[in-house]
Amino acid sequence: MKRNGIYFWIGAALFLAGAMLMTQVIGNQYPFFACYVILQFIVLAVAWSILGGYAGYVNFGTSAFFGVGVYTAVFLFKATGVPLAVQIAAAAAVGALMGFALGLLTLRMQGIFFSIATIAATIIIETAITNWRYVGGASGIQLQRPAVMAPFDNYVEMLFFVQAVMVVLAVAISRYIQNSWIGRGLQALKDDELAAECTGVPTLRLKLTACVISGALMCAAGAPAAMYLQYADPASAFNLNYSVSALAMSLIGGTAHWAGPVIGAILLGVTQQLLTVTISSEVNVLVLGVMLVLFVVAAPEGIIGLIRKVRSKRNEGEG
Amino acid sequence: MFSFELLLDAVVIGVLLGCFYAAVSLGLSISFGLLDVPHVAHPAFLVLASYAVYFLNEHYGVDPLLAGLLITPLFFLFGLVAYRLYYETFEKRGSDAGVRGIAFFFGIAFIIEVLIILLFGVDQRSVTADYVGKAWRLGDMRIPFRLVVAFVVAAALTILLTLYLSRTFMGRAIRAVAQDQEALRLMGANPIRIKQWAFGIATAVLGIAGALLIIVAPVEPTLDRTYIGRTFCVVVMAGLGSMSGTLVAAIILGVAEAIVLTLFGASWAPAISFAMLLGVLAVRPQGLFGRRS
Repeated sequence: MKRNGIYFWIGAALFLAGAMLMTQVIGNQYPFFACYVILQFIVLAVAWSILGGYAGYVNFGTSAFFGVGVYTAVFLFKATGVPLAVQIAAAAAVGALMGFALGLLTLRMQGIFFSIATIAATIIIETAITNWRYVGGASGIQLQRPAVMAPFDNYVEMLFFVQAVMVVLAVAISRYIQNSWIGRGLQALKDDELAAECTGVPTLRLKLTACVISGALMCAAGAPAAMYLQYADPASAFNLNYSVSALAMSLIGGTAHWAGPVIGAILLGVTQQLLTVTISSEVNVLVLGVMLVLFVVAAPEGIIGLIRKVRSKRNEGEG
Repeated sequence: MFSFELLLDAVVIGVLLGCFYAAVSLGLSISFGLLDVPHVAHPAFLVLASYAVYFLNEHYGVDPLLAGLLITPLFFLFGLVAYRLYYETFEKRGSDAGVRGIAFFFGIAFIIEVLIILLFGVDQRSVTADYVGKAWRLGDMRIPFRLVVAFVVAAALTILLTLYLSRTFMGRAIRAVAQDQEALRLMGANPIRIKQWAFGIATAVLGIAGALLIIVAPVEPTLDRTYIGRTFCVVVMAGLGSMSGTLVAAIILGVAEAIVLTLFGASWAPAISFAMLLGVLAVRPQGLFGRRS
């Protein structure tokens, strides 16, 4: 276990160093534009998996948290012009609060009722933002990027690196939860909530914790998006595609292990980037839907499950 | 400013609109309410039906209501296949069907949405018929004729389905399977075939509901997202599986929407059904006429 931990942090450090190196070496802007989106989806999928994967509560509110993150950043930037780091921290705080409130309201519901309630919350928040003139209302708001900080010579490169840091943060948190008593408790209540409650697992408290952490990460992932696009409008910030993407990436990767959502997000994210460039964004959503249905039907444990199956077969063959 | 006439206007329109909402929710009331299938793709099926009606109307000049009737058998078969697929992949395997079942239907909904976009484009589509666009004048009140058509058809549909579920053998079997599947199995009946039949009926109703949807207002591929709120709000508020309850709940939603629309404007409209849904789930999850208390 301990050696595993060392390997993990070495890997994380290498990943960040690589990202940093990329910003210093590559001059072309396009890789950063594309990779930023993939990194953003990794954070969203990992965050989704904390509640959806470990606890088995299918959250369709990813877009709600993402959108609130975007608009927290927009509001702060317009009102005070605080730097990006503060915007992200504030978004995380708002996301945690929102996760807490939403969790209190909805986590007593089970199965489809919880899922529907999270969609409901998304639409309600989107409507409220649409009617809020200060942040642009339905027509959206243009944003001017401030000057970039050293050592980056371009704002997108900086956003890329910031998102990479968030990936490491999200994965580290998810990994910690999986290996700690929180993860075991969530696993127990996923299998049988009543039995878990009876044996003394504080189910509601655990679910709330998961919802708060997941919400904070999703909001934080959304905060830099406003600066990335230099524009924000409710219809795209709260687009249901974020919810389905996060869900699909987690389920396709496999939710039993923290690496599942990462694998799923990279796989789908890269495919999407290639499809968007070569064909069209509609086909891109179609592929997402088809892959989700295929995996849910044919490989319910996701890619992680497939890998485990192959491994155990090989072990049987040797033994 | 706000006056009594305006309120009366809103209530009348709301009742008509409510009956229409009942028509589009009846299928979900069977599939989700009675059969416990997490059918999030129901609104997507509905929009698909609307586009089928649009296609028949645009290219062959078929009357929208007739077109709705024509596609009903197709949708019945579609429903049979869809349930079979769902049963074989999820219900049969049992464990953890909830999470994946929802994801499955959401995936299906997305696929339908994109297919519609690829086939028909993202523009709004509407149908032409004699009764679309005209209005009745009742004193100072102006009632769009399309809403009246929707009202009449929806009321007939609700009565027919209620009768079907309470009077016919198959209808009673459907209600029985909702109450106790094991008991039915012990009586020597096959619950799966009854459920499949019920899901077929639930999907078939969407043919006509889809026709009403495109008669009442133009449709666009992503319209199903709004109707997730409306249909689930109606079904949950009604109490799962109650047909008459569906009508009452739909009228409550229709009136609430019409009043908020007159008071605050159209930009708040999408949130109403979702807010009511959230409220019902939080305060009275068994609904107004719930079968489970």
